[in-house]
Parts: sequence; structure tokens; C-alpha cells
Amino acid sequence: MSEAATSVNPGLSQPLLAKRTSQKWLISAVLTTAIVALPVLSVIFLAFFPEENIWPHLIETTLPRYLITTIQLMAGVGAITLAIGLASAWAVTMCEFPGRKFFEWAMLLPFAVPAYVIAYVYTSLLDYAGPVQGALRNWFGWENATDYWFPEIRSLEGATLMLGLVLYPYVYLLARAAFLEQSPSLFSVSRSLGHSALSTFFKVVLPIARPAVAVGLSLVLMETLNDFGTVDFFAVQTLTAGLFDTWMNLGNLGGAAQIATTMLIFVVILVTLERYSRRRQQQFAARDNREPIRRFTMSFPRQMICVAVCALPVLFGFVIPGATLGLYAWEYFGESWNPDFVRNTFNSLFLSGTAALTTLLIGITLAYSRRLHNTRGMQVLMRLSSLGYAMPGAVLAVGVIVPLAGFDNWLDSLMREFFGISTGLLLSGSAFALVFAYTVRFLAVSAGSVESALQKITPSMDMASRSLGHSPGKTLVKVHLPMLRGTLLTAALVVFVDCMKELPATLILRPFNFETLATYVYQFASDERLYHSALPALIIVLAGIIPIILMSRSISSTRSIA
Amino acid sequence: MQMKLAATAAIALTAMPMAATAEGEVNIYSYRQAYLLEPLLNAFEKETGIESNVVFAKQGLAERLEREGRNSPADVVMTVDISRINELVERGLVQNVDNEVLEDNIPENLRHPDGKWFALTTRGRLIFVSKERVKEGEITTYEQLADDKWDNRICTRSGKHPYNIALISSMIAHHGEEDAEKWLADVKDNLARKPQGGDRDQIKAIAEGVCDVAIGNSYYYGNMLQDENQRPIAEQVRLVFPNAEGRGTHVNISGISLTKSAPNRENAIKLMEFLSSPEAQRIYAEANTEYPANPEVKPTGLVAEWGEINPDDLSLQQIAENREAAVKMVDRVDYDGE
Repeated sequence: MSEAATSVNPGLSQPLLAKRTSQKWLISAVLTTAIVALPVLSVIFLAFFPEENIWPHLIETTLPRYLITTIQLMAGVGAITLAIGLASAWAVTMCEFPGRKFFEWAMLLPFAVPAYVIAYVYTSLLDYAGPVQGALRNWFGWENATDYWFPEIRSLEGATLMLGLVLYPYVYLLARAAFLEQSPSLFSVSRSLGHSALSTFFKVVLPIARPAVAVGLSLVLMETLNDFGTVDFFAVQTLTAGLFDTWMNLGNLGGAAQIATTMLIFVVILVTLERYSRRRQQQFAARDNREPIRRFTMSFPRQMICVAVCALPVLFGFVIPGATLGLYAWEYFGESWNPDFVRNTFNSLFLSGTAALTTLLIGITLAYSRRLHNTRGMQVLMRLSSLGYAMPGAVLAVGVIVPLAGFDNWLDSLMREFFGISTGLLLSGSAFALVFAYTVRFLAVSAGSVESALQKITPSMDMASRSLGHSPGKTLVKVHLPMLRGTLLTAALVVFVDCMKELPATLILRPFNFETLATYVYQFASDERLYHSALPALIIVLAGIIPIILMSRSISSTRSIA
Repeated sequence: MQMKLAATAAIALTAMPMAATAEGEVNIYSYRQAYLLEPLLNAFEKETGIESNVVFAKQGLAERLEREGRNSPADVVMTVDISRINELVERGLVQNVDNEVLEDNIPENLRHPDGKWFALTTRGRLIFVSKERVKEGEITTYEQLADDKWDNRICTRSGKHPYNIALISSMIAHHGEEDAEKWLADVKDNLARKPQGGDRDQIKAIAEGVCDVAIGNSYYYGNMLQDENQRPIAEQVRLVFPNAEGRGTHVNISGISLTKSAPNRENAIKLMEFLSSPEAQRIYAEANTEYPANPEVKPTGLVAEWGEINPDDLSLQQIAENREAAVKMVDRVDYDGE
């Protein structure tokens, strides 16, 4: 039988793993965190040395607008991603409707579309010269833009919609994994006690899935807070815009680091509040995979609602932008085809793959150490290691350069002094710097998902394994990892696709003559010529799809494999 | 453990530095898109056999150079916009170049007195007007952009864009901060829409009837004319060289500097010489419709058709110095606001 308990006994996991466990895990967690936190700490360090105090000018002029816009954007994107992500995850997990199996993985497709690409595509479709307005003008005989009103895509609303469309898969993925891991009998019990399906969803299902949904949502919000490409393109003035203005136009890196640090504090407060609000909950769900999910059979109109809930986000988030890119790629094929293509694709795949693997390993190490040593200190370490995600990529890149170049130059001086040889730059300006940056940036994704999934494995599992003589490491490999397979794959997938799309840090840190698909697209896009690079943009999307399909298959199969 | 092994292998593999500093190479940090440099660098390699390696980014290269210090593999930095170049000078990241070829090729007002930077091209910040709705000679100066008659008829990109910042800096230099601010506030009042998009988008907006007057760099217009899909749009506007009769049109530069570390110093200087040579200057002018910095090279093709440009001879140094004042002014008049 399956068993799940919400609430009670926060100290349960404390004694079990106690002091006799080897200190290996603790030490490796501390060391890893120290390395991974370096870039963020560097940025905080830079914040102490501004060129001038930027705040009086900011407060007097643009800061209020930056703040309001940022909050509006985050609230809007949060609402959209929650609505789409939860509704579609619930539909494909629990309802039977035509195309359900297809949507299980198709819901993830928009995730492969970088935000800056979807923003460009919709601008070219919906702006004045685009086909939509052109057709309207033809129909109604309008002469020019002054004759009619059309919603402005380059606006706060536009940016909210664009980000919402490509970010909801975070919520979908984590919510779906959580729904799959829940025991179906819970739902039956609630129904038999007189709750409606809807009330069961909000009273039972959602509270149990909350840690996972919270992780998904916080990823969405951090991504929104850090987005520069889309908001810049749409002239939406968020805090990030102010940060780059301070850095690039006022030449005040310290001031920019202060804004970044402020944003960081904001994120930390947000995440802490969420955790605090469920501090008294602890959930263990021993999954029972033998019991299949019994999906609802529904009336035809209801089935159609499910289809619409799933189809619309995919249509707008993937089909339309993908088809448009395909069309451009076809039109400009001669100009966008390029022999470097294969190499750029390989670079992207290799870096993203390496980073996904590294990130996953570190994520497991940290989350498991936290399970073994559930102390306040370990919690702080976990949070500290995940801060990279809460910082705009370009700022983090500077934070990566500082310690890496510092190390390189230190080693070089040492070697020059003692051996008279120069080792030059070993780490900075190499692919290592990129993998390091990706790891720092996306560790929150893997550590967060692994942690929330581990929390749901009852400690009695550990006790049983340990009392039968397995070491903590062996318990992890033999007991936890097999149980977590779905979660691990999900985490690796998300990191992989995120790395494929990553742009600002890649630009700054990459070696000479080194292009990924994203940087290749960017050099044209930044010169107002994105249509020339529709082909590589399409490849980013396609390359993202393949792992999405593969992994999504394995995630759903975790349910049927005992 | 197997995993640890795999991780170690991956790290070892990725840690191999990819930037070579062997002979026969030159390393470039570029604020310009690599594909724009490609024809030039190919020509350079053909002539000298020296290979070029490029990293392009719009942010962070100065920080990277600074942190890499004496071990930085970068030999030269190529930039657009005088303020970016000036930033490198102020942070002490570049060195003096005392070279006769460069001094012959590049006029004095287009290079740093000690050779800390050399301009390679200039680009005019022009006014574009609707052929249909604006009469010839109706607007001839930047100052006139503030006239009430243009109320709700002007489009520009963000006031914070370096090209606009440089223009505003030049207005500050000519009129003083107070008058420049009044001018900017009046221009802001005349805007037909919130600043957005790039320079091409402003030209498109004229074609769409959203506005009648726009500000933009010459080569964006040139590039649109060269693209068959965009030509019909570009053909609806006429270009105006502002203040041609008076102090001259505001120009900005793209340029090159030798870094302090420069491991391949000789090759780097060869590259600088080459880029200022008539051969390379012609490629610049034709491929990207910019104005050559070398006075011996006359504009050809489209650029020649537009007629001569009379550049404002305000020193670029002064424009760079007013940058901060200009940025803050844009905030004060809320230029980018609704």
C-alpha cells in the first residue's frame, strides 16, 4: 500500500542519518558549494566598488518605473505559466482525451524555443509590415498605421505573453512529475470522502505537489527577472535594463553589481518566504507503481476543453514560431547555409551535454548531503549554490571571469617565479569556463528538482538500506537513484535545453573563433538581421526537441516500471 | 566511482585552451559582429598569411581583458562607438602605437594623439524623412527636431543606445547642458511612439505612416537598400545630412586599439596597417556602406550617390567625455518613457 503524510514531525529525518555517517558527503558538499558560489560572491564583491553612487540618480529618475515594470512582468509571467503548466499537466496525467499521449511530450516543445527567438518571430508576424496587419489592411482598405488600432506587440503585455509561452514548461514538467509520483489512491480517498474533483485538486493534489511546483515557478520567475534579450527588444524597462544601462552606458560595473545583488536579495527573500510558509510540512510518499493511474473518462465537450488547454500553448509557443522560422530559413537559405554549421551544432551539443551531466552530479551530491546532514548549515549551502540562477547571465559571466582569471594569473606568476615558465591562461577563455558558467547558472534547476524529489522518499527507505549494511553512497546508488530516475532525467533535460539556449554568458566567456548555435544566431539578430539566421535558430529548436522526446518517454515509463 | 571518472575526463577535455598564441596569428576581441569582419580578415590572411581569431560580444569584453591582465591572449580590440574605445583608454587596457603607416592613412582628428586608438570608418547620424510627407529642405538640422511642427511625427530608437548618446553628447558640447536638455525634452515631446527597435525599425515606421522623421546611422539605410526585400521600404524615405551647411553632421567611428598584453604585437600592427590601407577601406565602404577613415579612399557605390558628408569636427574625445552627462539627461527627460 502506498502511504503519504502531509504535515507532522519536522525532525523525523534528523536522527536517522545522524553522526555515524561518514563526513565525506559533508566535505564534498562544502567544497562544491564553495567553488560554485565563487562567481556570485565575486559579483557581490564588485558591488562594493562602484565608480559612483548610482542610487540617488536612479531613485530620482527611472527606478520606480523599473521596479513597477519588473513586478508586473513577473506577476504576469508567473500567472500565465502556472495556469498553463498546471492545467495541462493535470489534463495529460489524469484525463483521457484524444491526443493525450501526444501532448504528454508535445507540451514541452515551446521550451526548445529561446525567448529572444519567439519575440523576434512574433514581432515580424504582428508588426505593421507583417502578414497579419497586411491582411487586415487589405480586407478593410486601410491605408496606413494611423487608420486603425492594433495591439502593440512590443510592450509589457507582449513580453509577458512571450515569456509565458516559452517558460510554462518548467511548471508543466515539475508538476507532471509530481502528479505522476502521487499515489492514485489518495485521489480516490478524497473523492470517496465527498470532495469534488476540483476541490480534491486544490485540497490534496496541489498541496502535495507544491514543493515541485514551487521549484518550477521560482525557475520561471528568476528567468523572467534575468531576461535581457526579450525585454530589450520590446523596450520594456525592467531592473535588468537599468542594470545594463549602468554597466554599459555609465561604465559603472560596481553600480551594476549592486543592482544585481539587490535582485539577488529579492529572489532569496521570495524563495525563503515560500519555504517558510510550508516549513511545518513534511511529505513522504512511498510510491506504489503497481497501482496504475485510472484516468477520468469524460464527456465530449470536456474532452475538447482538455484538447484546447493543451493544444493552444503548443500552437502559439511552438508551431507558429517553428513554422515561421522554417519559412524564413527556406527563403534565405542561400544566405544562412554555412559550412560552420556542423561545428557550431557540435559545440552546442557537447557543451550542453557536459554541463547537463556535471550539473546533475553536483545537484545529486548537494541534495543527498543535505538529506544526510539535515542542518541549518546545509540548507544555507543549498541556497548559496543555487544563487547563480538568480543573476543575469552577462553579470554572472563577469563573476566567472574574476576567479578563473585570478587563478590563472596567480598560477602563472607562481610558475614564472619558481620555474621561469609562463602557464598563461589555463581556465579562462576555454570551454571549461563555459561549462563552469553553465553549471553555476543552472545548478538551481538540478539541485532543486533532486532535492524536492528526495524529500518525498520516506526515510524508512534509508533506514532499511543502512541497517542492512549499505553505506550512504551505496544507498544512494541502489535505492534513491533508481527511484528518482524520472526526476533525474527531467533535471538533465531542463539543464541541457537551457544550455543550448544560453546566450549572454556564452558570448563573453567563449574561446576564439568559437560559436554555439545561440551565439551564431545572435550575431545576426543583434544586427537586425535575424532572418539571415533562421536556419541555425531552427536548429536550436530542433536540437532541443530530440532530448525532449527521448526524456519525456522515459519519464512516463517510470510510472509503469516497478 | 565511475561518475567521478567521467566528470574528471570531461573537465580535462574542456580545459584544453583553444586560443592559440602561436606565430602567424592575431587575436581579436570585437564589439562588431564577426561576420562583418570576415571579408576583411580573409583579405588580410590572403595578403600576409596571418590567421585571425575572433571573439565577438557586445558586453563584458573590457572586463574580460582587464581580468586576464598581462596573460590576455587578445592583441587588438575592435569597437564601434567612441565611448567604448575611450573606456579602454581610461582603464589603461590599451597601449600607444607609434606607426608611420597608420599616421599617414588615418587623419589626425580620427586617431588618439598617442595612438591609443585609430578610427577605421566613420558613420553619419542622419535624419530620414518621408519622401511623401516632408518637403525637401523642410528639416536640415538636429536643432529643428525640437520644433513644434514635428509634434507626434518623430521616431527614434532608445535614447540610451550608444549612437544616440553620442549625438546627445555632441549637442551638449555645442549648446551646453541646459540648452541640450531643453532640446532633448522637446524632441521627446515630438515622438510619435515610445522609443523602440533599432535604426532600421525607425525607417520602417516612416514607411508605415507611424511617423515622418527618424534618426539613424547611414549604413542601416544602405543595408536596407542592398536587401531586395527591404528596398521598397527604404525607398520611401529621403536622407538628410543634418547641419551640413553649418557645423557639420555628427559622426561616430568604428576603431581599433592595441591591447597592453598583445602577445602577437607585430602581427597586430600589421593588421592595423592593413585595415587602414586603401584596399581594406574599400571593402568597409562597399560591404557595409560606411565612410572610409582613410581620406585617399573615396566613397563608391551607394555611399557616393548620397553625396558628400561634411562631418562635424568636434573632437571625438569631447563626445566621449560628455557621455555620462548625456546618459543621465536621457533619464531626466524620461526619453524612453511612455
